[in-house]
Amino acid sequence: MTATELPAEIEALIGKVQYEESGEFPVERGYIWTSCSSVENGNLIFWDDDVAREVTGGPIAPPTMLSVWFRPHNWAPWRDTPGLPLQVHFDLKELFGLPEAVMTDNTIVFHEPVRPGDVITTRQILQSVSEPKTTKLGTGRFWVIDVEYHNQDGALVGVESYTGFGYRKAGEP
Amino acid sequence: MTAAPASRTIAAAEQGGSLPELVYDVTATTIVLGALAARDWRPMHHDYDFAVHRNGTDNIFMNTPNQAAWFERYLTDWSGPKGRLGRMKFRMAGSVFPGDTMTMRGTITDIATDQTGCSWVTVAVRLEVDGDVKTTCEARIALPSTPDDNPWSRHGDDWRP
Repeated sequence: MTATELPAEIEALIGKVQYEESGEFPVERGYIWTSCSSVENGNLIFWDDDVAREVTGGPIAPPTMLSVWFRPHNWAPWRDTPGLPLQVHFDLKELFGLPEAVMTDNTIVFHEPVRPGDVITTRQILQSVSEPKTTKLGTGRFWVIDVEYHNQDGALVGVESYTGFGYRKAGEP
Repeated sequence: MTAAPASRTIAAAEQGGSLPELVYDVTATTIVLGALAARDWRPMHHDYDFAVHRNGTDNIFMNTPNQAAWFERYLTDWSGPKGRLGRMKFRMAGSVFPGDTMTMRGTITDIATDQTGCSWVTVAVRLEVDGDVKTTCEARIALPSTPDDNPWSRHGDDWRP
């Protein structure tokens, strides 16, 4: 293997569906109103059921709340440690032995609307890993991870793509 | 029964045109409320001591999902309720802290109609503090093609975000 080639165990992860899991509670309106309140979003499709019926066929969640439905409780009786979102990112740091990492880009694509009562399932897919690169932060690799969100009927509601850069600072072992 | 407020149609969007500015004074409550509304429990968004002494930042700072919610609000204030977001791409350059006055500015960089007849505008939005760009967001939002059109009625192959 040359320095630019990917280890076989990482090559095998590209395109593979990982960490498929369901949100810990159904989509609910309390969070929708708290989120709208936090940014003073007065869009009536979230506040007025008549307007929601007319425009969106009933109440929906703000599209940008997509990741909210996936974030685990800070504590829950059924697990000992807090869940880590975007586990594939942390796996790659570990597999490459890169101590530092940052997210550089984040794209969200919105498909079917998310509605109160929906149970959202997520899955993570590694899309690509770059050859080694050196930036002002250090030397490492860029990777792109997609998180796909589906509702309980199997409809795609959104896809988030994260570009991460795992690296080692210059001069550090 | 409440009728939906008017929405902007694609005819009212102009390439190179600007969206009205949004200016907002950020407080610690803005940051903490935004983080908890997004179910983001990480301490740098609510614990000053952790943010300053562990993360090395100047203060607690606004998290990305809450910034996304601010961008959505900014765009739909302009579009009206029928405006439907298709995609957003963010790039972070700096942090937003309590005491900052944030300003959002948007410019229309593209207007297009896709194969299904859906009308789209692309807006480049900048979130600035004291003239420094903290986050950029390129957003693609569908607007009604005519007053009777509604992008929210599109599903499946008719919705190509």
